Amino acid sequence: MPLSAPPPASGQPYLLSASLDNARHLSSLLRAVHFQDHATCFATANGLRVTVEDAKCIQANAFIQAEIFQEFAVQEESVTFRINLSVLLDCLTIFGTSSLPGTTTALRMCYRGYGYPLMLFLEEGGVVTVCKINTQEPDELLDFDFCSTKVVNKIILQSEGLREAFAELDMTSEVLQITMSPDKPYFRLSTFGNAGSAHLDYPRDSDLMEAFHCNQTQTNRYKISLLKPSTKALALSCKVSIRTDVQGFLSLQYMIRNEDGQICFVEYYCCPDEDITEAEL
Amino acid sequence: LQSFLSVFRSLPSLEKTVGKCLILLKPQASRLVVQLHCKYGVTKTHNLAFQECERLQAVFDTQRCASSLRAPARVLAEAVVHFPQTLAEVTLGAGPGGKISLQNYVEDEAERSKMMVTELCLAEDEFQTVAVAPGSCITFCLKEFRGLLTFAEASNLPLTIHYDVPGRPVIFTLDDAVLEVHLVLATLSDTESNSQPPTANGVSHLPAPSDDFADDLESYMIAMETSAYEEGPGVPPSPTFPLRTPRPAESDPEQEEEEEEEGAVPGTPPHKKFRSLFFGSVLTPGGPGLAPTQEVLAEDSDGEY
Repeated sequence: MPLSAPPPASGQPYLLSASLDNARHLSSLLRAVHFQDHATCFATANGLRVTVEDAKCIQANAFIQAEIFQEFAVQEESVTFRINLSVLLDCLTIFGTSSLPGTTTALRMCYRGYGYPLMLFLEEGGVVTVCKINTQEPDELLDFDFCSTKVVNKIILQSEGLREAFAELDMTSEVLQITMSPDKPYFRLSTFGNAGSAHLDYPRDSDLMEAFHCNQTQTNRYKISLLKPSTKALALSCKVSIRTDVQGFLSLQYMIRNEDGQICFVEYYCCPDEDITEAEL
Repeated sequence: LQSFLSVFRSLPSLEKTVGKCLILLKPQASRLVVQLHCKYGVTKTHNLAFQECERLQAVFDTQRCASSLRAPARVLAEAVVHFPQTLAEVTLGAGPGGKISLQNYVEDEAERSKMMVTELCLAEDEFQTVAVAPGSCITFCLKEFRGLLTFAEASNLPLTIHYDVPGRPVIFTLDDAVLEVHLVLATLSDTESNSQPPTANGVSHLPAPSDDFADDLESYMIAMETSAYEEGPGVPPSPTFPLRTPRPAESDPEQEEEEEEEGAVPGTPPHKKFRSLFFGSVLTPGGPGLAPTQEVLAEDSDGEY
């Protein structure tokens, strides 16, 4: 049931206006990248991208394409603003987070432009809530310059196989070491914690392996505290693609199917902690 | 042990995904390797660091124990459930008429009158085997016993209790085709002989305990009501135990242990306390205040002393 918001007094349409029958389609994706309070929203005719960064080392992006929305209109080429993601999520889930079948929160989102707050109209069971969230100057975002031509190693795994591994990562280890190789151990996740080291090996011929394209043996270490939040995205996803480039930058792309079966993506980019070219076993 | 346990932390997921588990020891690298072979060809390898420590060998012989009891773990587990979780020690005794009783142990006689005393009696037929010296009783640490019971109940194994006189260790054993478990606990030594009922409190007018438990209980209740006004605070009479006034023994191993704890020599294995798991009362030979009647039950393997 689309909500109709009053048009702005000046008669100009909102810079960004969108309607969504089920706010969960947005909130669940945003939660998957919620490891910092602030996020940058970037909207184009194609859809909405929400970016969260930390320590200048990690960046997560949630993509909600225009097709997911019942209505999605952007008046300029692109609209960008910074917003408090914690507050945004609290508002989107203002009617509660339990997902009872049949009860959905409808959302209408409007943004008038630079300096104006983001307006949210949320409705569930006849009850309407109006939220106005202040927006800020957008931050400059990192550009990992990750394009397919620079990719050295790439694998696509079914998320089922990784979920447990990530949930049970030894957090006493400072780093998560990822080894990708055309030879054994093919794909290995390692931690070095207080009790000792742990290695998780996925063979290339495993049923979980959807695609395996490794050209070079690479071993890279990433700060585990930075990667741990990606577990949320992993939990929601059905498939994940893991790619590394020449510099050891890591790209994790998660394919997420929402309640209505529509596909969305979340991606994480991470800088390596140290440069290790030899596999350390 | 914590690091080893953390490998098997999530039992439900282990059951679903793990096919086989390989455990190897790499002494040169000081690593214990636990390798789990999981579904989809995934291999999880844990390299746990360990340190060599001195080996202690407990000296005990179940054959030399005067008494033994055997029961399904469930029976004993259901019995200990009645005692508070914080209770440290429990007294197991063989009373007249074949009753096996469990009672919470209260150290101080003065405390006894202020504390709740719980006594649970099990009939002989609840046990699979009963071969006890009549009137025998021992006091041991309940916490460790509970731990063993949890394991035994889960594996559905009968538990055998071998014990001797107070002060000698009690040995709990579980026997199975695949494994053998021995839990050796120290027991409180009691220098007073159990066979002499003390004459304190003038309770000789109490009815003699009979074989029938119901009668015992009734006469006990009557005795409680009548003696309460006549005597001062004293040990409440128990129908199954011959009345005695437990006093902390002078050469109490617990006290000894605590003294020795302070005089620990660096580089030797730590003195095990009274409540130690698996090893009975360990007393370093030549330690201070060693009572002549105490024998060393577990020697240092390097025999330096």
